[in-house]
Amino acid sequence: MADEALFQFLHNELIQYVYKSAEQGEMENGRCITRLENMGFRVGQGLIERFTKDTARFKDELDVMKFICKDFWTSVFKKQIDNLRTNHQGIYVLQDNKFRLLAQMSGGKQYLEHAPKYLAFSCGLVRGGLSNLGVKSIVTAEVSTMPACKFQIMIQKM
Amino acid sequence: MSRQGNRGTEGKKMLWYLPFISPSASMHLMNSELFTLTYGALVTQLCKDYENDEEVNKQLDKMGYNMGVRLIEDFLARSSVGRCHDFRETADVIAKVAFKMYLGITPSVTNWSPAGDEFSLILESNPLVDFVELPDNHNGLIYSNLLCGVLRGALEMVQMAVDVKFAQDTLRGDNVTEIRMKFIKRIEENIPVGDE
Repeated sequence: MADEALFQFLHNELIQYVYKSAEQGEMENGRCITRLENMGFRVGQGLIERFTKDTARFKDELDVMKFICKDFWTSVFKKQIDNLRTNHQGIYVLQDNKFRLLAQMSGGKQYLEHAPKYLAFSCGLVRGGLSNLGVKSIVTAEVSTMPACKFQIMIQKM
Repeated sequence: MSRQGNRGTEGKKMLWYLPFISPSASMHLMNSELFTLTYGALVTQLCKDYENDEEVNKQLDKMGYNMGVRLIEDFLARSSVGRCHDFRETADVIAKVAFKMYLGITPSVTNWSPAGDEFSLILESNPLVDFVELPDNHNGLIYSNLLCGVLRGALEMVQMAVDVKFAQDTLRGDNVTEIRMKFIKRIEENIPVGDE
């Protein structure tokens, strides 16, 4: 649906804005990523509340992860996660072979260094979603080849 | 996939190919909430960064403009709307096709000025402000100012200079949201020297 384009454009503008204001205030890259991630966190919290209003209670952590990989990812990024791996000790790796927010950029090495900027918001989104489902976590993402990326979720025992 | 829409406007028949609305309308709702919430996070961040509301309004307009210049291409690619012959047609396309496509609402076009160069878009509901309340210390904030920038940027790319602003805003107590659009001039395409 066309809303996807709208969100993508807004997301890009968001990144531009955060990095431009960083330039003026002389912030480093890390601070910008944190800012984007925090914004994603707030959005993720709100989104998951709306989304799971009528869903049944989740049986366990793995169930929550599967929900994130299937329903949550489908509604936000229009496709499911391609691969979910876990060590059953609180670490989950979600692999998306064609991440929507990176799909518009050329594959190959040229923009690889800028890719993390485009993942920060989504990391926050996942972290916020999990947080409101009662799961505290740290979410990071990495890209080795565009547009495939891996999200790593580390569950924090409270 | 496309659905043909027939609309008669003052005797003139216009055919628009509206994008196919999928049966899973809840999915549509879901994604518009993503946009609404992200927009909210953005405005919150801007309010934190800038001291006064005027600056925030300006930033929103600028960001909207940047989005608009890209959105117009996306719009033209998705819909098969041809060139508009006059400002009235432009107004109809904006209200009935563009708004419907991106925000899922159809504002009404009213209040035409006698010269036909100014009109209002009346939005009964504004999806951007779905979960929003303005706090007391932000009376000057035009929350949805991004829309003004988007419209301005998009129309500039199709050679129209327009002035867009909010006349009424439900967040500030009015009954409806009203966007006033004024046609300023047609932008002449700059043909490089030496080209015929």
